[in-house]
Amino acid sequence: MLHIKGLHVSVDDTEILKGIDLIIKSGETHAIMGPNGSGKSTLGYALAGRDGYEVTRGEILFKDHDLIEMSPEDRAGAGIFLAFQYPVEIPGVPNTTFLKEALNSVRRYRGEEELDAMEFVKIVREKTKELGIPDDMLKRPVNVGFSGGEKKRNEVLQMAVLNPALAILDETDSGLDIDALKVVANGVNTLRSPERATLVITHYQRLLEHIVPDFVHVLAKGKIQCSGGKELALELEEKGYAEFAQAAE
Amino acid sequence: MNSNTDTFLSDYEAVYPGLPGSGVKWLDSIRRCGMEEFRAQGLPTGRTEDWKYTRLRSLEDTIFRPATLEDGEVDVNQLPTLFSGDSMVPRIVFVNGCLKTEFSCMDNLPDGVTVDSLRGAMDRDPEWFASHLGQVGCIDGNPLVALNTAMMNSGAVVRVHKDTAVEKPIEMIFVAGLTNGPVAYYPRNLIVMDEGADATFIQHHTGLGGGPYFVNSVTEIEVSGNARLRHYSVQNENVEATHLASIHVRVGCDATYEAFCMSTGGRLSRNESFVRLEGSGGHCGLNGAYMMRGKEHCDNTTLIEHMVPYTSCREVFKGVLDDESRSVFQGKITVHKDAQKTDGRMLSKTLLLSDRAEIDTKPELEIYADDVKCAHGATTGQLNTEALFYLRSRGIPDALARSLLVESFIAEAIEEISHLDVRAAMTGLVASQSSNRRCLGIEISEKSEGYKFE
Repeated sequence: MLHIKGLHVSVDDTEILKGIDLIIKSGETHAIMGPNGSGKSTLGYALAGRDGYEVTRGEILFKDHDLIEMSPEDRAGAGIFLAFQYPVEIPGVPNTTFLKEALNSVRRYRGEEELDAMEFVKIVREKTKELGIPDDMLKRPVNVGFSGGEKKRNEVLQMAVLNPALAILDETDSGLDIDALKVVANGVNTLRSPERATLVITHYQRLLEHIVPDFVHVLAKGKIQCSGGKELALELEEKGYAEFAQAAE
Repeated sequence: MNSNTDTFLSDYEAVYPGLPGSGVKWLDSIRRCGMEEFRAQGLPTGRTEDWKYTRLRSLEDTIFRPATLEDGEVDVNQLPTLFSGDSMVPRIVFVNGCLKTEFSCMDNLPDGVTVDSLRGAMDRDPEWFASHLGQVGCIDGNPLVALNTAMMNSGAVVRVHKDTAVEKPIEMIFVAGLTNGPVAYYPRNLIVMDEGADATFIQHHTGLGGGPYFVNSVTEIEVSGNARLRHYSVQNENVEATHLASIHVRVGCDATYEAFCMSTGGRLSRNESFVRLEGSGGHCGLNGAYMMRGKEHCDNTTLIEHMVPYTSCREVFKGVLDDESRSVFQGKITVHKDAQKTDGRMLSKTLLLSDRAEIDTKPELEIYADDVKCAHGATTGQLNTEALFYLRSRGIPDALARSLLVESFIAEAIEEISHLDVRAAMTGLVASQSSNRRCLGIEISEKSEGYKFE
């Protein structure tokens, strides 16, 4: 589904990613772990197409198409979803309006019929119920005044509504207490399916107890230093990142 | 002395017999005063500090003749309104300064409320009218009020009687344009809220066609003790119009004046508000928003004067500028010596969508009392790129994402509108303005073929 080849990404002329190779297949869950500043979030942004994250070398193929040439909205339409580490507050835009515009935009992109208000409400109600999200979170402006847990749950709700092929979770565990973490992880797990792939970006092993990955990659100094199964995460937890960072020297 | 004043007054003798109240002594004499004052002062120029950022070049370059009854006959096929779904909303309609009874709807005015044209007010209660007209809007040092006083030919005169409370808004609609050559018209409105009265008015200015015209509007308002006036306005003149409007308000004890002014059009527009809080417990909410594009220029100049103790004001203006548009915000709060315990807050925020757009902002506090709480703030920024990316990453196309952010930006000012139906209607107005890209200079293209998968 996703094939990253020799990816170099610069931000403000500073090279952050220095040659990433990664293959993710349908149905798989991958975790990228690494210390602060290793380039984890940069990878997420580069996949989602944020301005200022310049691909200087390499390729990103998503379902055999060149992702680098596509705008962020087209990538979303094609099935990429990035759950933000810090979801953005947008005062004055109700969450429902936002969700409806987003869903209808991706539906248009996918050549599906737009939903009217009734159909939309039905879908959203279904998802909020599944995810245990209170109705008032829909009426409030996007993320404004949301607690850390609410913001992350809102990200999962958007993911559920937009139904992406590849979900990228950027530090979804940051700022969550253990209960909130479980809720969010459950939300993600209910979305796991053979047609979908998940890329979990995280600093801590904690999240991976709840969203169990098939593969773990250690990112340090802009490169994947080693890859393995889920047991690699435990090893990391024990030894710390220092060893991997040194190995990169 | 200023030669350009003559072009505005040269037709006076010819026009005078047709003006409301011509031949009525007291009115004749105040018109005469207005004329002399305007001749003496001339049009405002950049030499006056208040007009440093807004030059009236459009008035110097074009000769405007006073509008006549014939100009009221132009073909109008749609009236601007905030309540398109409600034909029962009372409204008084003027076209190029002429009252159009056939478009107006005064039948369902609530008891205790009178709405007349200037001419009608002369007939209804001349003594009352004479004792209120010209009492709040002062011609000294204000040439545009002087010009309006000399030439006033239209406008609504409103009285809401003691303890009359009306929930449903009343619309005052001014349509202009489509005339044979550039015209000037001079609405003069008077709104008097008697003690304990409570009502909502919407002043709607709109332009048809593309040619230049000049609106010089003056609105005088008295809000008596314990009364509340909600005064909302929409300025959507055509792209060559010059719209100069001033509002003069006196607010009594425990009374509230709440205003919101939405500007979306006009080559050159200036809204001036002068509010005097004259009774303890008086409150003024002076808010507005503007969305400009092309070479439009929009000026909001306000002065709130706290005269007595325990008065409060709150002012929120938000503007969005695209292309080469410009705006000016001059907000001043004056706290006079006796006005202890004043609580005043002012905020002006502007969003620049283009490198060529420009804002001149000048918030001012002038405080002579020593026990007051006053604050002001002004910011200028660009669209939040992080929010833009967030929306786009959810599939929302760039142009739509931008207009959502514009709406989101303006919402903070709209939320100051306490009348919920009006708030909803204004929100809708902002959405339609921003989504037809008037403000963004971006065409929303049909979905490009894009990439198809599976």
